[in-house]
Amino acid sequence: MINIKEVIETNTMIQEMNLDVRTITLGINLLDCMSDDITKLCDNIYHKIVMTAKDLVKVGNEIEREYGIPIVNKRISVTPIGLIGASSCKTIDDFVCIAKTLDLAANKVGVNFIGGFSAIVSKGMTKCEELLIRSLPIALKETKCVCASVNVGSTKTGIDMDAIKLLGEIIHQTAEETKDFDSIGCAKLVVFCNAPDDNPFMAGAFHGISEPDSVINVGVSGPGVVKRALEEVKDADFEVLCETIKKTAFKITRVGQLVAKEASKRLNIPFGIIDLSLAPTPTVGDSIAEIFETMGLEKAGAPGTTAALALLNDQVKKGGVMASSYVGGLSGAFIPVSEDQGMIDAVNLQALTLEKLEAMTCVCSVGLDMIAIPGDTKPSTISGIIADEMAIGMINQKTTAVRLIPVIGKKVGDVAEFGGLLGHAPIMSVNKFSCESFIKRGGRIPAPIHSFKN
Amino acid sequence: MRRTIITVLGKDKVGIIAKVCTFLATNNINILDISQTIIQGFFNMMMIVDINESSKEFQDISNELEQIGIELGCKIQMQREEIFDKMHRI
Repeated sequence: MINIKEVIETNTMIQEMNLDVRTITLGINLLDCMSDDITKLCDNIYHKIVMTAKDLVKVGNEIEREYGIPIVNKRISVTPIGLIGASSCKTIDDFVCIAKTLDLAANKVGVNFIGGFSAIVSKGMTKCEELLIRSLPIALKETKCVCASVNVGSTKTGIDMDAIKLLGEIIHQTAEETKDFDSIGCAKLVVFCNAPDDNPFMAGAFHGISEPDSVINVGVSGPGVVKRALEEVKDADFEVLCETIKKTAFKITRVGQLVAKEASKRLNIPFGIIDLSLAPTPTVGDSIAEIFETMGLEKAGAPGTTAALALLNDQVKKGGVMASSYVGGLSGAFIPVSEDQGMIDAVNLQALTLEKLEAMTCVCSVGLDMIAIPGDTKPSTISGIIADEMAIGMINQKTTAVRLIPVIGKKVGDVAEFGGLLGHAPIMSVNKFSCESFIKRGGRIPAPIHSFKN
Repeated sequence: MRRTIITVLGKDKVGIIAKVCTFLATNNINILDISQTIIQGFFNMMMIVDINESSKEFQDISNELEQIGIELGCKIQMQREEIFDKMHRI
């Protein structure tokens, strides 16, 4: 039987170390909503989402209450709209109309984000997908909960450089359209390489075509718990360090597994995966950077940071895999600058630069996430940063992502305020040399060779 | 039987256990195990209970216990046992 020590340990993790379930994300297939009439399509989408997700928030709140574990977000992901809109969307306005429909449906069921305003263009864009991408500045300006993503490359297909060139311009336009709110539109747009079909985390969640009709995916979190556990083994060697992370990750993930199974049972929707991620929040003590400091680095970004992140990421997976029957999504440590107070401090002290972050993305779960850059950064430079990150993903057979926010009217040294879970971010300096001629070539980067690995 | 864990956390004083136990008895909730400890001067109590025979719903019992906690000046929480079981047992 459970003893008092174990009960106190669990409750201390929740109450003092910010252990929570970061998100229950309900994936909904919209393929059966397709129609050649845009009004009918929007109508179908609205009703399918509202019907499928009507109890999501209620059930989430019940589980939260009964188990005493905070479930911070309840969210929805849908089939990439680039596919759904194919038969009826002839203009940018048609796509904006779908985005608004998603926003309305999300509001109706009470979720805070809905992901899947997405296009998968790893090898090339269809006319329709290009229209969706071109609709992003207005769609993201005129909606609140809609999250967009574009997958521009994969290890199997190579990288679509035309899409990357276009996205540099689109990210800049999105920043312009939402400049009154520190270009927040860009915080809802992720560019991916090797995007997973079952990611529950925003802004990159979508319900991939390999998925069933509806599915429950859960993202766990708990950087604070890992940090506290590591404080107990401050001077121990790497074996002890790794074992401690693994055991902690196991405990965190088991809670996620419990919540996912329970939500699946109560909603009568199959359980998909647990995303084993350490997702920080702006709250002090809930930070990946603070884990690095506990490991012995003066600040995130110091030499050794990439090694520290690599071992953290790997041990989280090793501990988590045993705790859950199905693991998927992005699984690993997130290093978003704006959502992590320790990272913000490291940037302000110039311990952490964009280039070091890029190196860290080779071994973390995602990529350059929530990074504010000067508003006058050229679209081609944004495309260049995206291309670099996509290349890391393509060659290393991992998911990489870019969520850059060129904050219009702000320069290095200023701070962008996004509010809520998105936090605030110092504007980071970007390499001033041009890549314009490289980006304007157009075409594709071929898929990499899978032998001669060096 | 779905076992439920009740935890009481606060400054030690006369009558905490009495008041909680009276509430449980009134609501036909059977106590299976009780343990307590003092950590950093704070009173920690854990009860494992069976609420199956109670006519009240989980949510209502939980809310009423929370209210009793406020009256006693301590924090009372009720959680399903599985969260502890999953975390600490393979």
